[in-house]
Amino acid sequence: MNDLAWIDGAITGARPQAVAALLRYFRDLGTAEEAFQEAALRALKTWPRNGPPRDAAAWLILVGRNAALDGVRKMSRQVELPPDDVISDLDDAEDPLVERLDGAHYRDDVLRLLFICCHPDLPATQQIALALRIVSGLTVPQIAKAFLIGEDAAEQRITRAKARIARADVPFEAPGPVERAERLGVVMAMVYLIFNEGYSAGAAERNALCDEAIRFARLLLRLFPGEPEIMGMAALMLLQHGRLPARFDGQGELVLLDEQDRALWDGKLTAEGLALLEKAMRHNQPGAYQVQAAIAATHARAARAEDTDWAGIDALYAALERMQPSPVVTLNRAVATAKVKGPEAGLEMISPLENRLSGYFYYFGVRGGLLRQLGRAAEARVAFDRAIALAGTPAEAAHIRRHLDALAKEGI
Amino acid sequence: MLYAILCYHDEQFVWSWTKEQEAAVIGGLKGVHETLTREGKLGPSLRLMPTTAATTLSKSKDLVLDGPFAETKEQLLGLYVIDVDGLEAALEVARQLARANPGGSYELRPIAAYNPDPREAPVAG
Repeated sequence: MNDLAWIDGAITGARPQAVAALLRYFRDLGTAEEAFQEAALRALKTWPRNGPPRDAAAWLILVGRNAALDGVRKMSRQVELPPDDVISDLDDAEDPLVERLDGAHYRDDVLRLLFICCHPDLPATQQIALALRIVSGLTVPQIAKAFLIGEDAAEQRITRAKARIARADVPFEAPGPVERAERLGVVMAMVYLIFNEGYSAGAAERNALCDEAIRFARLLLRLFPGEPEIMGMAALMLLQHGRLPARFDGQGELVLLDEQDRALWDGKLTAEGLALLEKAMRHNQPGAYQVQAAIAATHARAARAEDTDWAGIDALYAALERMQPSPVVTLNRAVATAKVKGPEAGLEMISPLENRLSGYFYYFGVRGGLLRQLGRAAEARVAFDRAIALAGTPAEAAHIRRHLDALAKEGI
Repeated sequence: MLYAILCYHDEQFVWSWTKEQEAAVIGGLKGVHETLTREGKLGPSLRLMPTTAATTLSKSKDLVLDGPFAETKEQLLGLYVIDVDGLEAALEVARQLARANPGGSYELRPIAAYNPDPREAPVAG
């Protein structure tokens, strides 16, 4: 890997903490972003010559801050600061900043930056686009590609989000413990939303979103190393993302978990997910992310689909139902229940959900599958027809069509 | 003489490598590994999971902490590679070692990839 690739990577890696610190300093997102951009440009010029600094984030913060102040001073015709070549050679100048960055200060900075992106005034799509642009540093074309929208639309989404943030009341004082926990919960929900945008899309181009979400989770874990729910969320995403190489066949069709070639699963991601889940469980503070990760881990531990511990998964979904009651959770549980106690039991469990899930593709897919297992072909066909009408992606529709074809072959 | 070469880098950067970047680095390393293996110089090598997967046992207090070992006043003095079922079993091994050798800390870090000692591998026909 050449120097420029390293520098680019180091700048990207330092971006969240640098932008976050600059935001605290300038209390304005636009100024913080511009200051960071200027610092990044100067890094690209200076680092190949002088070598990378010991602490990339501290360098970018210092240079970005000076560059922005310099701009202000130039306008008021005051004295310029020394050129950043000089600054980068002064290790002493970095030290006080590095110290400040090490503490809780820096943790609250990054949390604040992420929290601003989750502002309740912003619809979810704008929250995600803003976080990807400002915190991850993805370009507008990259974001457009991830959302499968045009670049103009992506640009507009980000511009609108920024305009709303600029008008919004941003909390700059250090949060108390309760408020910090609340912010963390909101930020975690957004990170998982980013992951799901990439995961449930059923299109390989959107995987970048999953990678970004995992990067966010690792960032949060470094800031809050002892939070079992962050470990659980990171584990859940790693375990699910580990299945990616097996989730689509050569034609881009979705391959269901039961039918996936498990040899294709990414062993490294899976192992990291399992390790994080184990760390989380030592805390004995169960939470919804940990339970979902435990479900994913049960799948990951089964070498073949038929080895799956469905009774264990059924029990985990029962726990999740208690923590986070929702018809979708019950629907998922019914799949496990059907494996343990037969399709009749599963069907019984999901039938009361029909009103609430009448617009949900997966409900009719599951219902059709259970009816087909029970030999109730005509009813199965009705359910599959409804599923096809609700399919969100070609892969989902193709999957249901295969069921219908199989029903036709079975001669009904 | 046996030497350990300890690898330091910015994990935020390394664990953000794209598949292509990763393949390029691993490919380059493989070439070096092959040369060293032919020369009989290479022992076991391994890649650790990120520090976010680490757990630290503070030996004197028998305190288990999440995250990597962060005390800069102590130095890295040795390491074990152990093969166990999971974190609890690894902690149990660490406690056994701690009873024999109290003081300081053990950081338990899962291994992401392990290349066994090529000098002990059966020679390929």
